[in-house]
Amino acid sequence: MAALETAATSVPEDSFVSDASLRPAFFEWLCRMGDNALILGHRTSEWCGHGPVLEEDIALANTALDLIGHTQMWLGLAGEVEGEGRDADKLAYLRDAMKFRNLLLVELPKGDMAVTMMREFLFDAFHYHLLTWLADNSKSPRVAEIAAKALKEVSYHLDRASDLVVRLGDGTEESHRRMQDALDLLWAYSGEMFVGDEVDAAMTQAGIAPDLESLRGEWETTVRDVLKEATLAMPAEAGFVHKGGKQGRHTEHLGFILAEMQFLQRAYPGASW
Amino acid sequence: MSTTLHPAPDEVWDWLSEVPDPEIPVVSVTELGIVRDVSYDGDTLVVAVTPTYSGCPATAVIDMMIEDKLREKGLDNLRLERRLSPPWSTDWVTEEAREKLKQFGIAPPVDGTASTGMSAKAARLSGESGLTVACPRCGSKNTERVSQFGSTPCKAAWRCKDCLEPFDYFKCI
Ligand SMILES: [Zn+2]
Repeated sequence: MAALETAATSVPEDSFVSDASLRPAFFEWLCRMGDNALILGHRTSEWCGHGPVLEEDIALANTALDLIGHTQMWLGLAGEVEGEGRDADKLAYLRDAMKFRNLLLVELPKGDMAVTMMREFLFDAFHYHLLTWLADNSKSPRVAEIAAKALKEVSYHLDRASDLVVRLGDGTEESHRRMQDALDLLWAYSGEMFVGDEVDAAMTQAGIAPDLESLRGEWETTVRDVLKEATLAMPAEAGFVHKGGKQGRHTEHLGFILAEMQFLQRAYPGASW
Repeated sequence: MSTTLHPAPDEVWDWLSEVPDPEIPVVSVTELGIVRDVSYDGDTLVVAVTPTYSGCPATAVIDMMIEDKLREKGLDNLRLERRLSPPWSTDWVTEEAREKLKQFGIAPPVDGTASTGMSAKAARLSGESGLTVACPRCGSKNTERVSQFGSTPCKAAWRCKDCLEPFDYFKCI
C-alpha cells in the first residue's frame, strides 16, 4: 500500500512546543500572531475585485495571500502546542469571536483606500519590527523559522505601504485630507500593539518573544519618518487606547467578518473541495 | 516488486528535474530551488520541499505533481515534507532557469535586491529604485516598475520604456 503523508513537516527540535507549563500562554500568544494575520488578511482580501486600479487590486490580493500563509503557519503551530487535535483550519473556522485574539486595529472595516493603506502601514511597521526580533532572537526555533519566512514578505508589505502613504499623503488635497482622517481615526487603536499582559510577560520570560514596549521606539521612528515625508501630522500622544482584542474583547465588527469567513464550515461541517 | 525499488537520490533528483513549476512551466521545481532534500527514512523516500511564498496557492499543486512523478517512476513508498528554514531565496534559482525565464518573457531576479522593509525610503531619497531590470524582449535597461506585485506572488509588474513591452519581473526575496 502506498504510504504518503503529504505536508508533513520537517521541523527543528523545539522543547517549548511540548512544555506543559508554558502551554496555555504559548498557545494564546500563537493565536494572537495567527489571528492578526488572519483578520487583516481577510480585511485586505475584501478589496479583491474592487480595487481602484488593477495594480492595486492585485497588490492587495497578494498581500492578503501572504497573510493567510502566515496564518496557516502560526495557527498550525498553535494547534500543535495545544495538542488537542485542532489544526489551523479548525482554529480559523470553528472558534467564536470571544476566542479570537487579534488586535482591534486589524478588525476595523476596510474603509476607503486611505484607511486601508494607513492601517496596513501602522500594522506593517509593527509586524516588521516584531518579526525581525523573533527571527533573530527567539529561543523557540519553530517561532524563529516562521518569523524568518514571514519577514521576507512583510518587508515588501512595509515598503509598499510606506510608499503609498507618502504618495497619498503628499498627493492631492483630497488624498491628503483622507490620509490625515485615516491616521486620526486609527491612531488610538495603534497603542494596543505595545500593551503587554501576563501572556506576553510569560513569552518574554521564556525568551520566545520580545517585551512589546521595547518595540515602540523603533516603530515610532519608522512611522514618524514616513508620516513626515507624507506631510501628515502625527497625532499627539494618545491619551486613550482602544484595547481588549488580544484578550477576546472585540468591537462589533469582528462578528461580521466571522459570519462571512466561517459560514461554509459552520453550515456544512467538514465540507471540502 | 515495487516495494524493493530503491533508486539512488541522484536518480530521484533527475526525475524531479522533469517536474515543471505549475505557474511558470518553462522551469522545473529543482531549478527553482524549492526541492531541498532527497533522502531515505528506512525504506521510505523523503522529499523535502520549501514553499516560495507562504501563501502561494501553487504549493499544494507542486506537492501533487512531485508525488505523481515519483509514482509514475514506480515509487510508492514516499513522503513529502514541508521545510521552512532556511526560507526560500531567489538566490537558489539556477543560471539555466534564469535564462529560460528570460526566453519566456520574465525578467529574472537581480540578486541582492531583496526588500529590507526600508528600501522604499532609500529609493525615494535617492530618486531611483536602485534596481535595474533589463527588458526581456529588447534588452533595454530603460525600464520602470509599474507595481511591486504582479500576476503571482513571486512577480512584480514592469514596463519597458523603449519597446513599450509590459513584462513580469521575478522579484528577489
Ligand atoms: Zn523592451
